[in-house]
Amino acid sequence: MIEAIFTYEFLQNAILSGLIIGLIAPMLGLFIVVRRMSMISDALSHVALAGIAGSLYLSQQVLFFAALNPVYLGMGAAVVGSLLIERLRRVYKSFEELAIPIILSAGIGFGAIFISLAKGFGTDLVGYLFGSVSAVSRQDLYIVMFIAVMVIGFIYFLYKELFSLAFDPEYARVSGINERVIQAAFMIITALVIGASMRIVGILLVSSLMTLPVAAAIQVAKSYKGALAYSILFGEIAVVIGLISAYYLDIAPGGTIVVTSVFILLLVLFWKKVRS
Amino acid sequence: MYMTNSIINLEHITHKFNHSVALSDVSLEVKQGEFWALIGPNGSGKSTLLKIILGLLKPSQGTIELFGGPIDSFNQQQRIGYVSQKSNAFTTKFPATVLEVVKSGLTAKKGLFKRFNKEDEQQAIDALHIVKMADRKDESIGDLSGGQQQRVFIARALVSHPDLLIMDEPTVGIDRQNVESFYSMLSELNREYGIAILLVTHEIDVVTKLATHIACLNRSIHFHGVHADYEKMSEAELSGWYGHPIRRLHQKETEPVK
Repeated sequence: MIEAIFTYEFLQNAILSGLIIGLIAPMLGLFIVVRRMSMISDALSHVALAGIAGSLYLSQQVLFFAALNPVYLGMGAAVVGSLLIERLRRVYKSFEELAIPIILSAGIGFGAIFISLAKGFGTDLVGYLFGSVSAVSRQDLYIVMFIAVMVIGFIYFLYKELFSLAFDPEYARVSGINERVIQAAFMIITALVIGASMRIVGILLVSSLMTLPVAAAIQVAKSYKGALAYSILFGEIAVVIGLISAYYLDIAPGGTIVVTSVFILLLVLFWKKVRS
Repeated sequence: MYMTNSIINLEHITHKFNHSVALSDVSLEVKQGEFWALIGPNGSGKSTLLKIILGLLKPSQGTIELFGGPIDSFNQQQRIGYVSQKSNAFTTKFPATVLEVVKSGLTAKKGLFKRFNKEDEQQAIDALHIVKMADRKDESIGDLSGGQQQRVFIARALVSHPDLLIMDEPTVGIDRQNVESFYSMLSELNREYGIAILLVTHEIDVVTKLATHIACLNRSIHFHGVHADYEKMSEAELSGWYGHPIRRLHQKETEPVK
């Protein structure tokens, strides 16, 4: 495989994108999981599906969209979805969690409409649903790199605010942290990570890469920084093993990455049980 | 010994939820160095009043001044330390060390985009020394007992050197022995560091021994004044505003924290 990596550009794109996503998805995922918002990434990935399906459909109808990378519309839809979730959470103050199924259903609904209108998209759509090693273009890689810089900068500079809001939101509000602005920015960043990850992991499995490594990490970490480090470590292991096995078995990497994450989680749970 | 600068000044606060009155014409002033116990039965509006003071709720009527200025233009939140009920504060399995939790008390003071440095860490350790928890700084917050966790939350509130500590039923879920040493520590903070304290509690007998001032709230203020005047109230008077019979207990003074 090493020789193939140096020979084929698509493999370089896939490996580099995978490694970057293995870093940023669990990194952001920790903040999502500890705030008990795991379902948000699921909802946003389904909204991204609507954007991708819309872009693929429009590419059959309008020349401009034929030249446009569907990832852009997928990301745009996820960002709009993230802002709508925030808005709905304020409308349904006593039933905040309702915002997630509403947006998730809307995403699937629009996605189904576009897929039906286009009479199916064949392998294109399957690649977006479950990820693909061969479909990652150099342009996709650049998008992933750009988003990674944004995510790392966001977490680096707002780490203490994000920690405070995650640990004790009421205290954070009282102490003068602008929860509304930071939360809105956090949701937009989450939407962008989902958009960036879907080429490799796939729309249906992207939320798993944000939650499974974190689920394993919080079993072993005592500190928040430790949990962040373990999440990234488990995420990277899952991506590397998942991509290698997907390449050799010629199957969708989304599946192999997520199944590896599940195995890591089971191993950690088993290790913890044995230790105790 | 106490200075007379006003920290909280509430005037004629009334608050309604839909059409029901939660607070009616509440006026209260807390000055530097005072230890206030705000007592009252369930549903008396204690938590609503705290939310109003903390800026989480806007009253239907009345004015609030913090540190001599109107609450709307108040932007020195670090001067107020807040400790909520332990049960509301966090998820037990949250992966964070004691030190990480205490440092988070400096977040707003530090300002956006700035990261914690060694000095901040030292400040957090100093705050942990005050509450006698410095030797547990690297432990996971979830591994501590309820009383120890509450000490850590006090350290988080103290780390920004506040002039006022506001606490909402901080001993809920803590066993009796730890409750007493917890209150002794509060009294020490008030006496030795001059920090004003506004404590909301059900535990009338323990707190009224330690507090310098007492306010009795049941939608409106039925009594507010110094400890000695409160002690002059008869059990019948106390029971009258509280809504059910109250009997004073005469238990021994709590031991100071070693």
